[in-house]
Amino acid sequence: MALLIFLIAMAVILIAAAIFSIMQKDLLFAVLGTGVVSLILSVFFYILQAPDVAITEAAIGIALTTIIFIITIRNTTRDENKYNDDHINKFKNEKDA
Amino acid sequence: MLKKLIVFLLIGTLGYTLAVTFSSIPIGANRIGSLDNPETVAAYYLDKSPNDLKVANTITAVVVNFRGFDTLGEVSVLFLAATGLASILYRKEEEEEEEENKRHISHRLNLPSSSLVQTGAKILFPLILLLGIYVFIHGHLTPGGGFQGGAIIATGFLLMLVSYKGFKNNHKIMVWLESLAGLGFVGVGLYGLIRYGSFLQNTGWTGNLNDLVSGGLIPLIYIFVGIKVATELTNVLDILLNIKSRRK
Amino acid sequence: MMEFQALFEQYRDLITIAVYGTAIALIVIGLYAVLMKKHLVKIVIGLSIMDAGIHLLFVAIGYISGGTAPIFSPGNENAGARMVDPVPQALVLTAIVIGFAVTALALSLVIRLYKHHHTANIDQLNSLKW
Repeated sequence: MALLIFLIAMAVILIAAAIFSIMQKDLLFAVLGTGVVSLILSVFFYILQAPDVAITEAAIGIALTTIIFIITIRNTTRDENKYNDDHINKFKNEKDA
Repeated sequence: MLKKLIVFLLIGTLGYTLAVTFSSIPIGANRIGSLDNPETVAAYYLDKSPNDLKVANTITAVVVNFRGFDTLGEVSVLFLAATGLASILYRKEEEEEEEENKRHISHRLNLPSSSLVQTGAKILFPLILLLGIYVFIHGHLTPGGGFQGGAIIATGFLLMLVSYKGFKNNHKIMVWLESLAGLGFVGVGLYGLIRYGSFLQNTGWTGNLNDLVSGGLIPLIYIFVGIKVATELTNVLDILLNIKSRRK
Repeated sequence: MMEFQALFEQYRDLITIAVYGTAIALIVIGLYAVLMKKHLVKIVIGLSIMDAGIHLLFVAIGYISGGTAPIFSPGNENAGARMVDPVPQALVLTAIVIGFAVTALALSLVIRLYKHHHTANIDQLNSLKW
């Protein structure tokens, strides 16, 4: 019975983490949300008797995918809604000229 | 507003279709059939893997032996991804400097990490490498294999790349290791082609179940795959991490 | 694991909904992000969440109630009848690694676009040349 409750709780947390990472405006938190999705997914794989897939998901999904997302955010913007005003101004200036 | 409506209609249709389709496939039902008279490939694999190939981990047998050519293609896709990444992100030095002048970059990012992190990384790095090598050497006995071991080794290199600013991979050694591992994989395949008449054909000698040296060529191929995946993933991380540091 | 099997037989419907429902929910959430979000990094996050849902769906199809992981122990060569399907697991193993390569390539394109246009918002990426 405890295992069943554990499974349902895992499913709820998984969907909640996915929705969190979609809705979060701060991209760094969103990426950490996908890390949580991968972590719980690897637990799911273990319960479904797939230890090989669980190890792969743990190594690639949690560590490597998260870090390449973080590197990308470091090189781009962290705020999802940030518009680049310079860009618009540049086009305005080109129009005027 | 119209876009939102269309999107919700689309994902509603997709979700409904998937739910209807999969509600007719009960989870946990036995679809393999009996092993004595295999009707599915799964039954065939589960029968052949321990009895003929003497490989304890059936997934390794499927990935490396029964679908070995597929794995060769997959490793090539990884190599192509690393090459594409490098060619997309390559920039000339002048371009970099010009951009450097335009943009203000916070100096905090380029401070070295603390000595606590550095010492921990130094202690953990050989252990992570050892774990990765263990995982891909024992790929045919325990869960794990070349892909998992390679990914674990790449995380070890990632730890060093993040904590030490001056840590540089020796690119020449990396490239040589990767090429040799790929050539080894193809060479093993050609050996099977010449000796037994089909590409990646396993040898007749297989040893005993659960011995470290068993399964014919399977451990050898998985070691090649492990080295290749580790070097490729490390290359990807190295390229991505070096974007910023090159700008001083 | 015997305990789980008994539980599985008893609550089969609930577990079916929990596992398949989670997988389908992940696919739908990922597709929503791909179609609705404006930031390129968010779109790639949506793709990777969709990927995760598809992997879970594959592994769940291969599960057999009461089955063990497809790894043999010595003296037990004929235990294959009590094991889960190894084929979807091998396919998912491949798919996860390829998914990482795809994500890395997509993110490198995002970085390149940002360096050129100084924006990662698809509403502002309105010029054909780059």
